[in-house]
Amino acid sequence: MNVRFLSIAISIVIMLQPIGNIVLATDNAKKTVSINQEALLKVRPARTLSEYGLFADMRAQKPAHGVVPYDLQVALFTDYAHKYRFVYVPEGKKAKYDESEVLQFPVGSVLIKTFAYPADFRKPEQNIRLLKTRLLIRQEKGWNAWAYVWNEEQTEATLKVAGARMDVDWTDHKGNFRQIRYSVPNKNQCKGCHVLGKAFSPIGPKARHLNKEYYYVSGPENQLINWSRRGILEGVPDLEKVQSVPAIDDETADLNKRARAYLDINCAHCHRREGPASTSGLFLLSGEDTPVHWGYKKRPIAAGRGSGGLLFDIDPGKPENSIIHFRMHSTDPGIMMPETGRTIVHKEGLQLIHEWIEKLK
Amino acid sequence: MQLKTIMVCIFVFLMNGNLWAQSGQIIQIVPGNNVEEQLQEALILAEPGSTIELAAGNYQFLGALSIDVEGITLRGAGKDATVLSFKGQESGSEGLLITSNNVVVEKLAIEDTPGDGVKAKGADTISFIDVRVEWTNGPKETNGAYGLYPVQSRNVLVDGVIVRGASDAGIYVGQSQHIIVRNSLVEYNVAGIEIENCYYADVYNNVAEHNTGGILVFDMPNLPQKGGHSIRVFNNKSINNDTDNFAPAGNIVGTVPRGTGIMVLSNRDIEIFENEIAGNGSANILLASFQQEYDDPDYNPLPQNVYIHDNTYGDGGFNPDKEVKTIVAPLTGMPVPDIVWDGVVDGVWAAMFGPDSDDAIYVKEADDTTFVNLQLMLDVILPWGASIDTDKSDYTGSIRTRDAIALPQDSDGASE
Repeated sequence: MNVRFLSIAISIVIMLQPIGNIVLATDNAKKTVSINQEALLKVRPARTLSEYGLFADMRAQKPAHGVVPYDLQVALFTDYAHKYRFVYVPEGKKAKYDESEVLQFPVGSVLIKTFAYPADFRKPEQNIRLLKTRLLIRQEKGWNAWAYVWNEEQTEATLKVAGARMDVDWTDHKGNFRQIRYSVPNKNQCKGCHVLGKAFSPIGPKARHLNKEYYYVSGPENQLINWSRRGILEGVPDLEKVQSVPAIDDETADLNKRARAYLDINCAHCHRREGPASTSGLFLLSGEDTPVHWGYKKRPIAAGRGSGGLLFDIDPGKPENSIIHFRMHSTDPGIMMPETGRTIVHKEGLQLIHEWIEKLK
Repeated sequence: MQLKTIMVCIFVFLMNGNLWAQSGQIIQIVPGNNVEEQLQEALILAEPGSTIELAAGNYQFLGALSIDVEGITLRGAGKDATVLSFKGQESGSEGLLITSNNVVVEKLAIEDTPGDGVKAKGADTISFIDVRVEWTNGPKETNGAYGLYPVQSRNVLVDGVIVRGASDAGIYVGQSQHIIVRNSLVEYNVAGIEIENCYYADVYNNVAEHNTGGILVFDMPNLPQKGGHSIRVFNNKSINNDTDNFAPAGNIVGTVPRGTGIMVLSNRDIEIFENEIAGNGSANILLASFQQEYDDPDYNPLPQNVYIHDNTYGDGGFNPDKEVKTIVAPLTGMPVPDIVWDGVVDGVWAAMFGPDSDDAIYVKEADDTTFVNLQLMLDVILPWGASIDTDKSDYTGSIRTRDAIALPQDSDGASE
């Protein structure tokens, strides 16, 4: 009886397997690499990225079998770095859907994000320099984060605990040459944003940010549907019931929603009641509906010279008089917001917030 | 990255025989190339309970340092010997950030951070002992805001610290509980010491000199912890606070008049005693209500249940600034009295007949100490206005005193 049960189970697994393979086989390179589960669950991190076996081809950012690429509707700005995101959920386990918070990932899951700069943003598929790959690993005791910095030869990425600074340059969409000193945050700085209450937490993979189409090799599909179909996510309701946010450059979408979505992903990991910036009383989750808490005529508390001599976080109708705008516009470490993750101004984001405050009454 | 190659010596330090003591490391760091990475890596990888010793010398940092491991002691060779300079810092809104419990920072200096000097957020049992935080070019608007900045923390000990040049507050304790600030020197800051939105603080044996305002006890609306209470300010010297207010506008301390000795804004259960308060051009003591517009139904803007007694006063009110100059001095004449209360109370009854005994302001000082209640509330209520009240004897009484704050990390301080 046991044997029969087992064989049924095996045949079910075999039947299910191709669903994943159809999509993934083409996402993967031919070389098969097995994911090193043991390394993922160890408290001590591996010294090199390759030890985890998360990629079939690291240089080309081709994920290993079972590692799924994904994208976010609105992304955290980090000096225009291009990002390759992947999720891995151990076989047989599923993440649980959550309406407003980050999806609940099971132990052994990994969120992988590689930061990269194409030499010319007009040709984003060519001459890509990989800078760092950050792993957020769901371990027994909670999430852990490690940053792996790529070598010059782009053959391997090595663990960097204390952060790093790297000179980076690229040609932007308009053909302008850009040059920055990119700052890889150290583990504590990562936690500076990735913390909820006292615990390390991911930021991006919330249903509202994942609720969009992704261009899989097999064709476009809503990511939440795709993840459910692959069997790595459960509990997704009808899509109409899932929160969604507009892309920040979608000019057909409501300006207020776009601006709040931008502040949500860029600021609200700290600026929420459970976040590191709870001390400020400025709460920027897109669902925050008390005006003074999302900054409307809110006075600064401990902003110091971050206030820029201005009286309100948001002075309706007057972006130039609003502290949020002032701090997004600055690159002085004693003033700028967000505190980490950028060294230059996000022009497009600033423009959006400018327009939004201008139209607030 | 490679521990082998960095010049860090690690000694496993086993507490001999003591089964309860946590084993920890002593990690020694000396100035030199790549010290920023060495130190930060040590702070991240250290076992809980470790001590990180910084040898005497100058250390330069481009980024912020941070401690997120429990029980770390970061110890220098003295607050003039081990200097951590953040001049030219490229990233991070403070020099050192502490987010774990049972951390001690001692015997070192933090200089010239573009943002705050040292911030501790959400830490339980945090000690700053014999530390100096300084902006070396004197008071400037471009200096960082806070020297020492524990916030949303519990069991905060600040002992024997020096802070100079903060463009907001030298020692700022915010939204915290169970606090001692003592034996410290704060000078050339906008606010010397500021206790904001806190419960249970003892501030004593400090010297606040040449700030804009010496010692401030504030409470602000719209914050997770508000309704500040149970604060004692005693045995301090708050003298010659004569630096022009150089805080960037918009900040609440930007409203503090130059020459304020001790100021209470909102809060309740406040005891101010046995301080020496002199040479403060606006007023030696100011009790004020929060006057700005706010949207917070749970917030109480008034200072209530305040007891001021047995302080020593020197000259005060001889060179008023800001609202003391524009509103107070025209009502009181010169010099402005030693103790100024704006007289804002909640409701007509309290304005006419004084606040309830639990909400009142009490003063017991020598005969030659001058006092004024500006009666600003009564002045609004009565069609013919109200005149000021300078008779201290209308304010006799006291509040229930409480025991000294005792902190778990402070065995000898509990009896003081």
